[in-house]
Amino acid sequence: MIPLLGRTAVLVALAACAVGTVTGAFAGVKRSETALRWTRWMAYAFGAASTAAFVLMEYALFADDFSVAYVAEVGSTQTPHWVTFVSLWSSLNGSILLWGFVLGVYVAGLAWTTRGRYPGLTAWALSVSLAVGVFFSFLVAGIANPFELVDPAPVDGPGPNPLLQNHILMVIHPPTLYLGYVGMTVPFAMGAAALLAGRMDAAWVRLLRRWMLVPWGFLTVGIVLGGWWSYEVLGWGGWWAWDPVENASFMPWLTATAFVHSAMVMERKDQLKGWTVSLVLASFLLTILGTFMTRSGVFNSVHSFTQSPIGPVFLTFLAVALVFSVVLLAARVDTLSPATGGLAGPASREVGFLANNLLFAALTFTVLLGTVYPLLNEWATGEQISVGQPYFDRMGAPLGVAIVFLMGVGPALPWGRSASGALLARLGLPAALAVVGVALGIATGMDGGWVLLTYAVSGFALGTTLLELWRPAAARAASLGESLPVAVGKVLVSARRRYGGYVVHVGVIVIAVAHATATFATERHSVTFTQDTPKDVAGYTLTYKGSEWQDQPHRKSLVANIEIARDGAVIGTFGPRLNHYKSMGQPIGTPVVRSGLKEDLYLSLVNVDEQAGTASLDVLREPLVWWLWFGGGLMLLGTLVAAWPASGRRASGRAAPQAAK
Amino acid sequence: MKPETSRRLFLVGALVVAAGALTAISFGNMGDNLVYYWDVSQTVENREKAAGAVIRLGGMVKEGTVDWKADENVLEFQITDGAQSLPVRATGAPPQMFREGIGVVVEGTVTEAGTFETDRLMVKHSNEYKAPDEDMSAEERKALYDSVLAGDG
Repeated sequence: MIPLLGRTAVLVALAACAVGTVTGAFAGVKRSETALRWTRWMAYAFGAASTAAFVLMEYALFADDFSVAYVAEVGSTQTPHWVTFVSLWSSLNGSILLWGFVLGVYVAGLAWTTRGRYPGLTAWALSVSLAVGVFFSFLVAGIANPFELVDPAPVDGPGPNPLLQNHILMVIHPPTLYLGYVGMTVPFAMGAAALLAGRMDAAWVRLLRRWMLVPWGFLTVGIVLGGWWSYEVLGWGGWWAWDPVENASFMPWLTATAFVHSAMVMERKDQLKGWTVSLVLASFLLTILGTFMTRSGVFNSVHSFTQSPIGPVFLTFLAVALVFSVVLLAARVDTLSPATGGLAGPASREVGFLANNLLFAALTFTVLLGTVYPLLNEWATGEQISVGQPYFDRMGAPLGVAIVFLMGVGPALPWGRSASGALLARLGLPAALAVVGVALGIATGMDGGWVLLTYAVSGFALGTTLLELWRPAAARAASLGESLPVAVGKVLVSARRRYGGYVVHVGVIVIAVAHATATFATERHSVTFTQDTPKDVAGYTLTYKGSEWQDQPHRKSLVANIEIARDGAVIGTFGPRLNHYKSMGQPIGTPVVRSGLKEDLYLSLVNVDEQAGTASLDVLREPLVWWLWFGGGLMLLGTLVAAWPASGRRASGRAAPQAAK
Repeated sequence: MKPETSRRLFLVGALVVAAGALTAISFGNMGDNLVYYWDVSQTVENREKAAGAVIRLGGMVKEGTVDWKADENVLEFQITDGAQSLPVRATGAPPQMFREGIGVVVEGTVTEAGTFETDRLMVKHSNEYKAPDEDMSAEERKALYDSVLAGDG
């Protein structure tokens, strides 16, 4: 029954997308109200049908309906409920179903937020996003069909990939990234619509910016959670390895970040339009490239990717989307740009944003080069290589430092004219904080060049950001007689976009400092313990108290009990473990992480020799790691402040002058 | 030429120059940081070329060659692809699944003496995640589970 219903839902979604693509384009060309109404309904139908398909698959997973191919592939009667729920995105076909579901919800959301407004642009935007929907519905209906009927149905399934069952973050991290990836479709469609319709109203730009902030926020959170998951689960004590899968999520984040900045120039000064639209298109293309790279197995070897039929289909879609974007840009970009003059003086806010954009573009470019070079090389020479982490570190460090530095200059620059001598006065406190940063670094023994440089630019940027938050609040408190905390709150609310952005900046600064410090100063020891013999490692006294096996329905775990003491006082006994899952030859570790504000103690179990009574552990002492996650939280908070929909009263109040224009 | 056109040409030219410079720097940096995926025979036969380069080497742990020096925290063994073999000196404790005859991947460099030095040793992921056959009975499934736990998976 489920296979039939599920397939019907997918086919309805496919039909709705196909019809909507055509009616949307028709509405765009002919300005037909009727066609636009139809398109809107098709968007809602796509949303409803893809939601139905998602719900049906979850139902089949919970009902252990092994007649559904995907349930037979990843389901199991023995997994806990939360594992059953996340099984849906544990394997390729299910993750494409999830993709279709999320896309359906986004496209329906686009139809909803544009109802009754901007008819010409909306028609094109819905048409383009539904065309993307055609592709994904086609995948789910055809080569990646998770609803295929299995006859006879097996009694039980193997359960999902154990890595997924190993940590709760694995429940949140992949869908968060998906919400980011898939969400890039909406700004892409809106950007393409502007080119197709040949205009870019200020209201459309505002809506586009908000629609970009949504996936951008999800990508940010997804990337941070990915690092956190890697840190808590993989046992090597790191959070970022410039792995192709990580790069795939990082590149669209970079171009989207560039967009969020250049969009301000576009909105305010009507400049950089072609460039800004290019960033929107590039963000979407990079998400498709990323999905292709991570989902096709191409990184095991160029030659293995054809083993999955998804690879070539994705590559074709990427090629079509790329050609569409380039041709559209080349043919239509002139319709967007009125021949305004050049950017205002060399030290204006606009130029600051331009410099920011060039740095982000350069970083994207170097990451892209390092990520795809092994593929191109293998394709050309047949030789398998990879680009080592030092390449990315060496290219990324100077660009990252420059970006943080710019964060300390840009917000102090005036719009529309070059900064005068007053600028120097505004940079006094930031410069002082830069010196404080360096002094702190030297005092705490962080005597590496890049670390000190990071401290300097971080102190500088923090100074500017705090001043920008403080100055208007202080002025308000003085003139209106409000108390300072009230004034800060009111200022935050009065210009949420700007101040939300500054909160994000503080989050980035926190992450920059934590990342530089932890990367530079982490101590790593590989130690073999004999039972009940204490050893002093990394400032702690560790004692191996013996090992035990723990049985759970879905796994067996080998636990090494380690007593941790510091300065003679016992903190407690902790159990880093190796988990053995059925049908997985490789045990997966769960390290013990004792997090603190100053440093983490990280214990990762390497092996236990039960006969000899020994256990080998990797013991790491990592400063400031906790602050990475805290910085990620600040970035999320700032994004929420900036992107939260305005209240009805406020929204209509803002729309009024627009209507009057 | 209209001033608008010449300005645009200038901008495009500047961008091309900047992109070219960035590409050159990137490739320069990349060249020093490539990791080569070689097998044992390739590495043994190209020992001169291999010296100093970072190599990711896949092979089997040769029977009867494993020597774990717990007090020095050094693991020594021979890695082989059946035809050739190479001595490996790995720092750090052997992973739980490490044993003679198992597939491993090591990343490191070949010394002048011809020893492969590494601090990254991974037991091979070849059996990373295999779904059991669909028509397996519950007992067969359990046997597979147990065999995995016993470590012959």
